[in-house]
Amino acid sequence: MNIEKDNQFVIEGKLALPYQYFSGRTGSRFLIRLRDDKKINGLKCNACNKVFVPPRSTCEICGETIQDNWVEVKDTGTVTGFTVVRYSEPHQPVKAPYILALIKLDGADTPFAHIVQGIAIENMKVGLKVKAKFAEKTTSTIMDINCFMPAG
Amino acid sequence: MARKVGICAIAQTTYEKNKWGARFQEMALEVLESIQQQTGVDFSETGITMSISVSDDVFDARTISDNAMTDVLGAHLGCEEKIAQEGIQALYYGLAAIQSGHEDVVLIVGHCKESQGKSRNMVTHLAFDPFFTRPVGLDFCAAAGLQAQAYAMKSGIGDEELARIVVRSSENAVKNPMLPEAKKLTMKEVMASPMIADPIRALHAYPVSDGAVGMLLVAEDRVKEFTDTPVWIKGVGNCMDSFFMGDRNLASNFALKKAAQIAYKRAGIDNPGKAFDIIEVSDQYAYQQPMWMEGLGIIDDGKGNEWIKKDGPQKNNVNISGGTLAGSPLLLGGLVRAAEAAIQLKGEAGDRQVANAKTALAHGVMGPAGQFHSIAVLERG
Repeated sequence: MNIEKDNQFVIEGKLALPYQYFSGRTGSRFLIRLRDDKKINGLKCNACNKVFVPPRSTCEICGETIQDNWVEVKDTGTVTGFTVVRYSEPHQPVKAPYILALIKLDGADTPFAHIVQGIAIENMKVGLKVKAKFAEKTTSTIMDINCFMPAG
Repeated sequence: MARKVGICAIAQTTYEKNKWGARFQEMALEVLESIQQQTGVDFSETGITMSISVSDDVFDARTISDNAMTDVLGAHLGCEEKIAQEGIQALYYGLAAIQSGHEDVVLIVGHCKESQGKSRNMVTHLAFDPFFTRPVGLDFCAAAGLQAQAYAMKSGIGDEELARIVVRSSENAVKNPMLPEAKKLTMKEVMASPMIADPIRALHAYPVSDGAVGMLLVAEDRVKEFTDTPVWIKGVGNCMDSFFMGDRNLASNFALKKAAQIAYKRAGIDNPGKAFDIIEVSDQYAYQQPMWMEGLGIIDDGKGNEWIKKDGPQKNNVNISGGTLAGSPLLLGGLVRAAEAAIQLKGEAGDRQVANAKTALAHGVMGPAGQFHSIAVLERG
């Protein structure tokens, strides 16, 4: 570009809009149960014999309405995949580097993403058994599970 | 049989890390003026009657981002459509508009300045839901880390092979005049670059990129008014995978396989392994190049690592342009791949021209860990 930097102007801006999201009937129930009882619930499609965590009211495989088929899953599970996040961004809940993993809870069929702590990065592996550590202070999000720690 | 649709002109700005001195509109105007100069097209009743812009509200930091573009795209007081998705969807949209008989001449122009936001990851973070996945800090880079790890386990691909992909991309990129900032990288440089989301290193990720790309699509019966060397769109297909990454098998290429199947059927491709002279895939991260090649059925499932070791990318003419890895905005990845493929088919690729290229494949991807794939099969006229 043949543009002299003198006499050019760059305007500083910021996107910032406080916002409220309705978490839905299904999402609300999951989050309330997590917040108040420290229990993790999923929704089961009986036709597909599959338990979804996070819950959703419709089975994505067969299209069946499953919103009333709540089942409790365990707070223990298995790591099915992971990465080590080593860059820093304002939206990250903990300081990098940290382990971000996909965790399949015992009793659930769909792994979900969460943070694993209490293990050295070099010892982290797929297949690790983990257990939820619940947050002391609620945020009414999935972060009411503070993180997962190696089980046992 | 619906009438064919030809790409009559292709135009791009250069892709750079920070085109600070160009507004969106200026980038788009450069593309439009090139297309007009190549074809003589105008906005009269016999010229462009539909303009399709590709842009993203968050990357542009203004809602209804296309609203700022209408005058530049000739859509002011005319027909304007917006694709707020990976850019190759504009090709699909324009194809449908022409094949349906609604339009004869369609302009596509996509733009994106990734440099304007403080962080590209902060933009892609917003693609996640606010209840279950945003709170754990997900963005497309972290999601790619999860997928890269899953693919490495499946294929056995390692740090050295990933570095080979990046080095080759950089070698191709220096021959591409649209990438003035490209420089040759060595294996040592790539393998010494810091891990960002294991096993992804900093140099395995495409650079923050600014630029614009456009095409003129024309109905078969009117193509001759605009060019002697059209490129035909033979078939397109796309497929969206599950929203939650845990619902998918991240190394399975489910959506890509389905998208390819649709596109190949429409294009009459029976043997994708031998069908293409030029292949342009959207490799935002190095691991994606062999992985997407498996999903496209051009190489066997799980064989991406061997393919890299045996110099497969060079033999298959994959990403002769440098690919997404060498720099093109996330939002425009597939459209830039289609542009590069079409330039090859028109025989206008200069130093990087592949002789007698007749059939090409262009691939685009959007969403975390390859959620949404699109494919276009192109053929020399």
